[in-house]
Amino acid sequence: MAIEAILEQCRALVEDPSSFEAVDRWKAAHPGGRAVGCFPVYSPAELVHAAGMLPVGVFGGGNEIEIAHADSRFQSFICSIIKSTLELGLTGRMKILDGMLFQNICDPARNLASIFKRNFPDMFIEYLHLPQNLGSPRGIEYLAAEYRRVLRALEGWTGQPITDAALRASIGWYNRTRALVRALYQVRAEAPQLLSTVELYTLSRAGVLVGPEAHAQLLEGALATVWDRVVKPKDRLRVVLEGSFCEQPPLGLIEGIEEAGCYILDDDFLLGWRWFSQDVEVDGDPVAALARGYADRSVYSAVKHDLREPKAKHLLDKVRTLKADAVIILAPKFCEPALFDYPLYRKALEEAGILHLFLEFEEKMWIFDRARTEVETFVESMLFD
Amino acid sequence: MEKTAYQERIHLQQKALMGRYYDELTAAAKGGEGKAVYMLISGNPIELVRAFDLLPVYPEVNALQLAAKKQSLPLIQRAEEVGYSVDNCGYVKADVGLYFSGGVTSFGTIPPPALILCNYVGCNVYLQWFEHLAEYTGAETYNLDIPFVRDPEWRILPKDVEYVVRQLEEVIEICERITGRPLDWKKLRQILARSAETEELWSAIKDLTRNVPSPFDAYFDAATMMGPLYCLRGSQECVEFFRMAHAELEAKVREGTGPLPKERFRTVIEGPPPWPYFRSFRDLFSRWGAVCVASTYSTVGGVWEFGFRHDPQRPLESIAEHMLFWNVTNRNFLQRYDQLRQYVEGWQADALVIHSIKSCRLFSAGQGDMREYFSKELGVPTLLVESDLEDPRYYSEAQMRNRVDAFFESLEHRKLTAVRQGG
Ligand code: SF4
Ligand code: SF4
Repeated sequence: MAIEAILEQCRALVEDPSSFEAVDRWKAAHPGGRAVGCFPVYSPAELVHAAGMLPVGVFGGGNEIEIAHADSRFQSFICSIIKSTLELGLTGRMKILDGMLFQNICDPARNLASIFKRNFPDMFIEYLHLPQNLGSPRGIEYLAAEYRRVLRALEGWTGQPITDAALRASIGWYNRTRALVRALYQVRAEAPQLLSTVELYTLSRAGVLVGPEAHAQLLEGALATVWDRVVKPKDRLRVVLEGSFCEQPPLGLIEGIEEAGCYILDDDFLLGWRWFSQDVEVDGDPVAALARGYADRSVYSAVKHDLREPKAKHLLDKVRTLKADAVIILAPKFCEPALFDYPLYRKALEEAGILHLFLEFEEKMWIFDRARTEVETFVESMLFD
Repeated sequence: MEKTAYQERIHLQQKALMGRYYDELTAAAKGGEGKAVYMLISGNPIELVRAFDLLPVYPEVNALQLAAKKQSLPLIQRAEEVGYSVDNCGYVKADVGLYFSGGVTSFGTIPPPALILCNYVGCNVYLQWFEHLAEYTGAETYNLDIPFVRDPEWRILPKDVEYVVRQLEEVIEICERITGRPLDWKKLRQILARSAETEELWSAIKDLTRNVPSPFDAYFDAATMMGPLYCLRGSQECVEFFRMAHAELEAKVREGTGPLPKERFRTVIEGPPPWPYFRSFRDLFSRWGAVCVASTYSTVGGVWEFGFRHDPQRPLESIAEHMLFWNVTNRNFLQRYDQLRQYVEGWQADALVIHSIKSCRLFSAGQGDMREYFSKELGVPTLLVESDLEDPRYYSEAQMRNRVDAFFESLEHRKLTAVRQGG
């Protein structure tokens, strides 16, 4: 299949996040199979997959649903993904999911896990503790024990044991899709005219719905044909985008930013589904390997607190390696973790003499003119200075 | 509303104690005795820090004092100038603003940290707050990772206690290095014994509000007693303070008096208070004869009224259990519903008041669901009002008063109807 057809297929899958059609299809093909929603970030999809279930990325309702019930549960100053995810549940749109997995990424997400438990008593709800003491070997040991606890809970739910062999196979599958996504990001960094960010985004995002087996096929197809495209590079500002690791900007906004005159060489969209910078080891104890992976090979974000290295240093490294001209911080409105990172990033970027633009978004945005104008002005000021 | 002599005495005494505490901090800041350890209030391990004669510094308490003394806004704005968002927690912004202004306040000067000990008990903002302080000050920082209560039966998991104890041992090593001397276990046990005694008295005090009328307000007056409880727990003067408070409040029970001339409504309050408008917020309830008989805010540093005590025989284990389980912030949201339900039932409350704090999503995120549960499922009259604990820009006096008045009017109506119907 040529890349255009694959892209079309992916776009259809991800355009409306409130429909879980791909999950319906998976269930039809796997009678009796269960699907577990994974709330961002750093959700261990491998554990769910090894239990023979479909891990599904749940990223709220995008701009396709109206919040009619959840806003009486969560206040106006809470980010949108929290409300729209609850709205999906309260309006029955999530019935296809048998369970939900949450992590300790922020205070609202933690309370959301409890609220899910109360409002949807039939759902399997797990809350995973990601250790925040990564400077101590105790933290990694604890994470392995925590992954095992979740595995036992999944086993208790299905009555089926989860073997190490199954876990290794799942790690293998996700290693494969992540490596393919990394390869596509490499294309993006080398020849950004060949693959727009929104195309790359839809290719990655389809994977959170269809499972790694089907995802690998789509990605392989795209990678095999992307170099056949003939597109002339444009004179655009080369930027790194940071801040959209949890709530996701609408496709139109991603498009708008690029059309306003940038090439986004790297971003942190959908971070939780491509969070390892290298493969997770597949030999030895698979649970310990996953835990080591989180501690030492996961991509930084506002919700991972690793005192061993300042976050801003990671961002500066990224900018330098990619030889980017500037940074765009694209933070979800009311997202405390992302907003808290900003003053540190701003300080480091200013000290390093790297220009940046700070923008806030909401997943439910429909009109992107203002953001687009801001990016245009920023690009112009840089290109024609 | 006039204060009674008894409250005055507790109030004056706590003022004196906190004044001395801030004098100690100021002396350390000016190059005198004592090295500072920065910590968070929630489930704080002050006993360990005191055992090394290190000075506990709580940026939250500093921020709270700034807000109560109406000094927070310029500091918040200072932080916003360097990129902090209007939507970030005001405690952090006031504290960062204070750091940039040299740590000098009207009530004391805050010494720089020798150790930043981030006791991650519940709130995720803590991690970022102390990450920022670590970057600004360059001080040694340790994230004491406390897993959140997530067992379906809400049990304390042995692996969690073990994990926290192992980390406390690492903290001990760091403190030994900073102070240049080994931990004195005997001293730690003595401190823990004094903490346990304080906790016994505090629980007894909180139990007094089951009386009708309640001898004090378990939200507004309890807040007064929380300063010594967190900053001085483990010291003899703290024990003495709580002895005095207990005796005074017990006498009030015998006399049948309370904080107001007449107790007409008993409330349970959820959420932190609006420190910049503490007095006027209190008055909104006093006008209606409403006394708070139990509050979740008074359990942020520790839940003691259900029996937990620090244990000198199991020093590190009991410190770990306190951090993991016996404080409201490390418990899940449904456990908070349960705690509130126990208060409403056990303390014979007429209503639940939820004070939703914009800064503090740990407390507030999802309180609409809490209201739904109490009003729809339990049939408890519930009022939800919104403001902030640090930022005076979020308090709207007139709107607040309208909401409170409307709520108590209907509550009064309900009471009258119930009386008429012999209910
Ligand atoms: S967008 Fe930010 S605040 Fe909202 S759930 Fe994600 S991490 Fe939490
Ligand atoms: S969010 Fe709440 S608990 Fe956390 S630092 Fe702010 S006020 Fe304190």
